[in-house]
Amino acid sequence: MIKLEVHDLFLSFGGIEALKDISFSVNNKEIFSIIGPNGAGKSSLLNCINGLYHPQKGKIIFKQTDITNWPADKIAKLGIGRTFQNLELFKGMSVLDNLMLGRHNHLKYGIMPSIVWIGRASKEEITSRVKVEKIIDLLEIQSVRKKTVGTLPYGLQKRVELGRALAVDPEIMLLDEPMAGMNEEEREDMARFILDINEEMDKTIILIEHDMSVVMDISDRIMALDFGEKIADGTPEQIQNNSDVLNAYIGGKEKGQVA
Amino acid sequence: MNYFIQLIVSGVVLGSIYALIALGFVLIYKATRVLNFAQGELLMAGAYIAFALTVQLHIPFWSAFFIAMLLCALLGLIIEILILKPLIGEPIISIVMITIGLSIVLKAIVEMIWGTETRVYPAIFSTQPITLGAISVSKSSLFSLGAAITLFIIFHLFFKFSSTGIAMRAVADDQQAAQSMGINIKKIFAISWMVAALVAGIGGILIGNMNGINVSLGMFGLKVFPAVILGGLDSVPGAIIGGITIGVLESLSGGYLDPLVGGGVKMVAPFAILLVILLIKPYGLFGTEEIEKV
Repeated sequence: MIKLEVHDLFLSFGGIEALKDISFSVNNKEIFSIIGPNGAGKSSLLNCINGLYHPQKGKIIFKQTDITNWPADKIAKLGIGRTFQNLELFKGMSVLDNLMLGRHNHLKYGIMPSIVWIGRASKEEITSRVKVEKIIDLLEIQSVRKKTVGTLPYGLQKRVELGRALAVDPEIMLLDEPMAGMNEEEREDMARFILDINEEMDKTIILIEHDMSVVMDISDRIMALDFGEKIADGTPEQIQNNSDVLNAYIGGKEKGQVA
Repeated sequence: MNYFIQLIVSGVVLGSIYALIALGFVLIYKATRVLNFAQGELLMAGAYIAFALTVQLHIPFWSAFFIAMLLCALLGLIIEILILKPLIGEPIISIVMITIGLSIVLKAIVEMIWGTETRVYPAIFSTQPITLGAISVSKSSLFSLGAAITLFIIFHLFFKFSSTGIAMRAVADDQQAAQSMGINIKKIFAISWMVAALVAGIGGILIGNMNGINVSLGMFGLKVFPAVILGGLDSVPGAIIGGITIGVLESLSGGYLDPLVGGGVKMVAPFAILLVILLIKPYGLFGTEEIEKV
């Protein structure tokens, strides 16, 4: 079953064409990875999907709804969550508050009930707390739950950001380089968390990652981008043996280029 | 000694009003990174709205007070929708210039409708001051202090516990991430302006209640700059402490230095302090130091 469809997406910043007619689809509950050299347009693509950038042409369809050009908050509410390449946490708040913020959409009560703490306010908050505690357990961040996020080591901050995206309870999670800057052990942990989220919580995952061994290990399908163009997609085996992908990474001659 | 305490008390009363206006200023800065130069004029507008309601429409003070609060919030919303919203995405400096224009327009409108002479509210408190030992405080000052403290408590709870308040903190911290959590930042911008106009309006009514009102009330907006710079532009507790500190310093310098030099120190003192703060602590006492990682 197809979860997300992207048709002929085109995005340019002035004269720079960041994405050139990209089309692909992501199946339900799969781990779909996007690879490509720096500047290939991977993050721009995620930014289009979750509404931070608005493409000039093309269509993005999620849940039978055309979400192209929707504002980011509406897309988040419909069920697409994300993490960022450079951490975008609420640094002054505690780990718990960051995760509770992820529950923002699910808290419907207004100002007064929340001040006097009655009825719906406390009930909704308790449900949210239960979900957040589950995420804390899953990501093994119990020991730092009350700590201010800004004081945590980088690897843990990455984990908190993943947890916050999870707290939104999205159907699709966009993960932008969740393992960048991590050591071997932290990377293995992160890969395990991503698999857990995918298998136990039934989340569809779109992943950008530079660590090829991890990408090949955990992905169901992979798409390769280069200079804003899609050069290949397929299973990890197919991608590993694709000559265009190898050229893009190793720097082979482009078609028609004069030596 | 009594004289000293008396000065401190009147400084705290004045400072709590500065703090209120500073709070509105900080709210807008935190959410939108815009320095609102029209904060003082919002205060003036609030004072005149209350004046129109009580004196010209003969509505009893307390009802007028609450209606004026609503109208101020509405004014903030209208300003946000008509003037600020179309500018989202434009350079911050353009928006800041627009707020200067806004301050001039608001002032002109008030002069057009009510003229320039000083007006007074009907007295709602007896002029008999309350005496505590050797110190005497007027009832309207006490009311101002009480109202300011109540508002600070409400805001503290609002930011700490309400989902809107938490969303506002999130937007102040990181707009992209907040959007990705499903927070509508345009709504948060609008709420920031509404709340800022509301607290400024209340500040205006409190001052009007003590000193009467005229168009120079807008000058209070300038007095708030030392307060927010002292506290840190993006810190709510900083706004409160900064406001009260500036109020007390103004009162002390007025009480002790003005008689020596023949007056005027009171007006200058907050700005002298502003300069000193900028030299030693450019981000203020509680402001976020911005360190760009490369």
